[in-house]
Amino acid sequence: MFDVFFAILRRDLLLAMRRRTDVFTTLFFFVIVVSLFPLGIGPELNTLRLIAPGVFWVAALLASMLALEKLFLVDYQDGALEQMLLAPQPLSLLVLGKVAAHWLITGLPLVLLSPLLGLQYDLPGETIEVLLLTLLLGTPALSLIGSIGAALTLGLRGGGVLVSLLVLPLYIPVLIFGAGAVEAQASGLGGGGHLFMLGAMGLAALVVAPLATSAALRVSAE
Amino acid sequence: MSSRILNWFKFASPATFYPLAGTIGRAAAAVAVVLLAVGLYMSFFVAPTDYKQGEGYRIIFVHVPAAWMSMFIYVVMAFWAATGLVFRTRLSFMMARALAPTGALMTFIALWTGAFWGKPMWGAWWVWDARLTSELILFFLYVGYIALQGAIPDVRRGDRAGAILLLVGVVNIPIIYFSVKWWNTLHQGASVSITKGSSMAAVMLETMLIMTFAFWAYAIAVAMARVRLIILERERDTRWVSELPEVAG
Repeated sequence: MFDVFFAILRRDLLLAMRRRTDVFTTLFFFVIVVSLFPLGIGPELNTLRLIAPGVFWVAALLASMLALEKLFLVDYQDGALEQMLLAPQPLSLLVLGKVAAHWLITGLPLVLLSPLLGLQYDLPGETIEVLLLTLLLGTPALSLIGSIGAALTLGLRGGGVLVSLLVLPLYIPVLIFGAGAVEAQASGLGGGGHLFMLGAMGLAALVVAPLATSAALRVSAE
Repeated sequence: MSSRILNWFKFASPATFYPLAGTIGRAAAAVAVVLLAVGLYMSFFVAPTDYKQGEGYRIIFVHVPAAWMSMFIYVVMAFWAATGLVFRTRLSFMMARALAPTGALMTFIALWTGAFWGKPMWGAWWVWDARLTSELILFFLYVGYIALQGAIPDVRRGDRAGAILLLVGVVNIPIIYFSVKWWNTLHQGASVSITKGSSMAAVMLETMLIMTFAFWAYAIAVAMARVRLIILERERDTRWVSELPEVAG
């Protein structure tokens, strides 16, 4: 049964490799947003170190949200989505494959680049490690939760703005624990508790989101 | 047995519910007016001045009922959403849709009056207290639902998409509440506490309850009026609507 998961994963990754600009736009959006904050706030390193976790996480939230629109849209427009709805395999598994591919394309590069940007903010090594870990744990949850919003707004006019209205409030817990872990680590409290919460939320999203997304897809594509 | 089931679903049809909604709405409106008059009189003239907060505390007679209703209405909407998705009753979705603006209004009133209370009591219009923050997020959830309904021209899709969003939201509300709470307490000790426990004078509590029931009745009255309009709008091509005296006349 998991064949279909890997089939979708491979297909979406292959499609993304054929059109690399999509990958780079999301990544550079993240880089630009993170680099804008020092320009707006001032180059004072003490302030930057203080706000870094929040800035990184909000930028990751926005980047992940912006990338959502593409998640189902192309398949919807060329009719592939209809075939997926008709497929004998469970739709939630197909959705999971698409979300996994989406995270590998738009989430993972951003996670891997974040240590480099962390140096811009003069973060010490161990804080960067925790930041990397929180983004690694948290961004899959963002992609999962976001897929619900993407499915609900599929093909609507102005869907891009609408999806932010639907999805951003649901992102808040992830933001709180993601940025909280880095802050707790930096202040010497240890970010362990936050990381566990972040992992728990990721697992909860892994269970609930594919089901909700497939229900929403059936509604939107009918 | 079968007659029971028939009775149970009798008012699930818009045609039979439309007159019933009118009756309930008028009754609820009357109750709301009476309770509001009594409640407002009690909150201004009967309830004693608070020894610590002076006269300013009286705003809680509006604030607390609005906050309660804002949360309650969201749960009711989620209940209708679930009912609609399970039983495929059109009316359930209409109920959810009719409640949304009232819920958003209650959330807004709770936030607004909270700010007015906070300025003299805490010296700030806004603090990032766990309750305030989660109420604000609740407001965002209402806005998201209304925006989604507005963006989808197709009624059937809009109903169902909104229902899924409501169910996702209602699962998320406890998570959001606790994460905001822990976020707040992890940052700093709670500098302000809204809970005063049961130290409240009995008459204050009675006033608050009367006001809560007044708000409740108001919400029912407005939702019924709104659901009647939604029914008329959606069933405008049916025979029973064209035979209604208010439509035909």
